[in-house]
Amino acid sequence: MNRDSNRHTYIFAALMVISVAFVLSFTSESLKELQNANVKKEKMQNILSTVGINVSRDESESLYKDYISEELSLKSDGTIDNVINAFNINLALEVKKDSDIQRYPLYIANVKNEKFYVIPLRGAGLWAEIWGYIALRDDINTIKGVSFDHKSETAGLGAEITEDWFINSFNDEKIKDIQGEFVGIYVSKSNNDPDNNDKMDNEIDAISGATITGDGVSDMIKERIQNYLPYFNKISNE
Amino acid sequence: MNKEKEPLFSKKNRALLTDPLDDDNPITVQVLGICSALAITVKLEPAVVMTLSVIFVMASSNVIVSILRNIIPTRIRIIVQLVVVASLVALVDQFLKAYAYDVSKQLAIFIGLIITNCIVMGRLEAFALGNGVWKSFLDGVGNAAGYGWILIIVAFIRELFGSGELWGIPVIPQFIYDLGYTDNGLMLLSPMALIIVGVYIWIQRYYNRKLIEKD
Repeated sequence: MNRDSNRHTYIFAALMVISVAFVLSFTSESLKELQNANVKKEKMQNILSTVGINVSRDESESLYKDYISEELSLKSDGTIDNVINAFNINLALEVKKDSDIQRYPLYIANVKNEKFYVIPLRGAGLWAEIWGYIALRDDINTIKGVSFDHKSETAGLGAEITEDWFINSFNDEKIKDIQGEFVGIYVSKSNNDPDNNDKMDNEIDAISGATITGDGVSDMIKERIQNYLPYFNKISNE
Repeated sequence: MNKEKEPLFSKKNRALLTDPLDDDNPITVQVLGICSALAITVKLEPAVVMTLSVIFVMASSNVIVSILRNIIPTRIRIIVQLVVVASLVALVDQFLKAYAYDVSKQLAIFIGLIITNCIVMGRLEAFALGNGVWKSFLDGVGNAAGYGWILIIVAFIRELFGSGELWGIPVIPQFIYDLGYTDNGLMLLSPMALIIVGVYIWIQRYYNRKLIEKD
C-alpha cells in the first residue's frame, strides 16, 4: 500500500470526515435533550434568583411553577400577544428584529404576597453577548434583584458581573429619577458613592478594568426596559 | 509472552511521564502553549478544569494518531491531526454540557483554546506519528500534566495576590486589608502571567543547571 498515493489520500480523507461527522452528530443528537433541559432549568433558576429565591438548578423547575404566576408576551404597544409562549421566546434572535415587531417576554412573580415583574435582558459586552434578568417591585421603579451572565467576558474583570457583590449592588436602586422619568441604571466609574448607600442616584459602582462590559450592562438595562414602558404605563393607568 | 517485551513502566516509559514536568516542560523549556497559559490563569478553578481537559484531549489524540500512524497520508497529516483534536474537543464540550453543565460554563471559551494549543499539535507531530500507542499515551499525559502544573502554579499566585482568593474563596483575612493591604490589580492582567512564568523559568534553571544554554 502506498500511503502517499492520491487514491489513498482521498479515501482516507473521505472516510475520516464521514466517521467524524457520524460520531459528532450522533453524540450531539443523543445528548440534546439533556442539554436543553439544563438550559431550561438554568433559565428558571436565574429568573427565580432575581426575586430573591436562590435554589439549585435541579429544584428550580418545581419552584418556578409555584412562584411565577404569569408569563406574558408583550407587543411594542404594550398589548399582550396570546399566541406566543413567553418562556420559549429566544431573546438572542428577538433582539435582532426591529423593535416594533419584537415580542417582549415578561414574567410576573408572586412571592409572599408581593408582586414582581421580571424582565429578561440581553446586550453586548466586550467580547460577546451578555444577558440576564431584572426584577422590579410593584412600584415599577425599585429593583428587587438582578442576575447576569455572559458568553466570554474576561475572567476576573468583565466576568465579575456574575458575582454576588456586583449583582447585590443593584438591589433597591431605582430605575427612574426623582422627577419620575425612566433613566435606567448607570454603571458608573465616577460614582461618588462607592458604598452604594444612595439608592436614589440611579448609579452603581463600576468594575475597574471592565469599562466596556459595564457600559454594556447599563445600555442593556436601559434599552430593554424602555420597551416595557407602554405596558407599565397601561397597567398603572388602569 | 515475549520475554524481551519492554515492561509497561520501564525507565524509559516513566521518563515520558516525568520529563515534561521539569527537564522538558512544554511551557518553561519548550515554550509551547504560552498563549493559553496567559489567558486562563487568572483564577485557579478554570486552570484546573483546563488541565484535566487537556490531559484527556492530549492522551486520546496521541493514542488515536499513534494507532493510525502507518496509514495517515503524510501530505495531509496536519489536517488529520487537527480533525482528531477538534472532534475530541467537540465531544468533551458536548458531554460537559449534558452532564456537567456548570463546568461547561466555566470552560465556555477555554474549550476552544485546547484546539489551538501548540502543545497538542506539537506532540502529535513530534511523537505520536513515530511511536507506539502506549508510549504515545504516556507522552500525552506527561506533557499535558507538565503544562497543567505550570498553569496551576501561575493561577495560584495570580488569584491569591490579584483577588485575595483561592478557588473563589477569600483567604486573605480582613485585618490585613484593614492595615492597608490591597489586592494587586496588575496580577489579573496577562503581562503578569508572563512575568510569573519568567520568574519560574529563572528559579527552575537555578536548580536544574543542565537546562542552562552554553554560549
